[in-house]
Amino acid sequence: MSNKKKKKQSPTQQQYQKLAKVREPKRPIFVNCVRAFFTGGIICTIGQVIQWIYINYFKFDEITSGSPTAATLIFLSVLLTCFGVYDHLAQWGGAGTAIPVTGFANTIASAALEHKSEGFVLGVGGNMFKLAGPVIVYGVFSAFIVALVKVTIKMLGGM
Amino acid sequence: MLQGHQTWVFDSKPIITGSAAIGGPFEAQGALAKDFDLLHDDLWLGQESYEKAEKKLLEQACETAIKKAGLKKEDIQFFLSGDLINQIVPSSFTARTLAVPYLGIYGACSSCAEGLSLASLIVDAGFANHALTGTSSHNAAAEKQYRYPNEYGAQKPPTAQWTVTGAGAAVISSEGEGPRVAAATIGRVVDMGLSDPFNMGVAMAPAAVDTIEAHFRDLNADASQYDLIATGDLGRVGHNIAGDLLKKHGVKIPEEKLTDCGILMYKDDQPVFAGGSGCACAATATYGHLLNRLKRRELHKILIVATGALLSPMSYQQKETIPCVAHAVAIEI
Repeated sequence: MSNKKKKKQSPTQQQYQKLAKVREPKRPIFVNCVRAFFTGGIICTIGQVIQWIYINYFKFDEITSGSPTAATLIFLSVLLTCFGVYDHLAQWGGAGTAIPVTGFANTIASAALEHKSEGFVLGVGGNMFKLAGPVIVYGVFSAFIVALVKVTIKMLGGM
Repeated sequence: MLQGHQTWVFDSKPIITGSAAIGGPFEAQGALAKDFDLLHDDLWLGQESYEKAEKKLLEQACETAIKKAGLKKEDIQFFLSGDLINQIVPSSFTARTLAVPYLGIYGACSSCAEGLSLASLIVDAGFANHALTGTSSHNAAAEKQYRYPNEYGAQKPPTAQWTVTGAGAAVISSEGEGPRVAAATIGRVVDMGLSDPFNMGVAMAPAAVDTIEAHFRDLNADASQYDLIATGDLGRVGHNIAGDLLKKHGVKIPEEKLTDCGILMYKDDQPVFAGGSGCACAATATYGHLLNRLKRRELHKILIVATGALLSPMSYQQKETIPCVAHAVAIEI
């Protein structure tokens, strides 16, 4: 919590929070990092295997195999989400399941599933990007900024 | 009759003539499974949405409680109910089914004690012979509303709690057989400046402590008069902190007397993080497990302190802290 926020609180509140901190179990950050490392690593290895299959058994090369590989991973993630498995994997794997493309697919599939009861237009359509929306908005925005920086540097003869 | 600042003493001691606890699949595997009147193995209860499933749970709880009281729904004069869903629709829709004069209440997870104290007040004052009170919560419906979609892979911290899928209801009557409601203490809203919705036990513990202290102060009582003091849904983390706070404030409650419905509800090997929560946590534990123990005379007088976190999904996104409330009801046999 920021210091500014703390200043607004009464001494009783601050005292209580100090007392509570001692009793609160902490997030096991180190264990979570190790688990995320392995979970994320395994997902990416599976992706690598899929890409290898596309290159060796189908007519793809290293560049063109990217899209079908991502699509396959997305499909698998949506399948696991629908069977109610992905959220359990995520509780164990944490960031390891959230960062790869499978995590992104999970945000969309889970929101769509959840809001099916409100209908296909306002429910599924309106809520599908509830969690993925911010990622897209800020992803596109930061890409724009990065592009601006690159263009500026280029114009100044930097690259 | 008002005693002290905030405690009602019911001179006629209204009687809980019938009570019911209905649970979901996870509760069926829990520690209190045998105290439920009905357990469902399907989280959907054959309904199209989680919200409808919750309504069904509440309807069944009300129906069972009325039946166990030996009454018909026409005999019920008032129905008081609350839950966690926006605009308390499961309660209102159940009231539509019952077609009984209805008062919707909201106290988040403290709704169980809020309903029970108000129903007792109505009966004690002679404004009704039979009043029905109920409350419900549904794990998936609560997750959907307060947090993320159920299938979304978000990692929960160890302080998170598991919303109980279930419903509890009780018929309060002026005459009949059963445990009696002796007193109720209405709690103040306490806000200790916490804002983490995955750490509600810690936010609610001070409210529970405040209400327990007020109850003892108003009635000039102490823990020796109770066989058990059960908080609603503080979970393991909140329960420990409540114990610390009570000690710090000089309120002596022996460790074995102070318990929490959120801890009682599930077995140790169930992955519920810090314990159970939700309206149905205090409701099903009280109207099922604890009333059964009273009826078996294992306990003679208990104090239920149902705790509620009065936040909304919008309020915490707007960085508001979590105001909490707790209401206490003394039940004896």
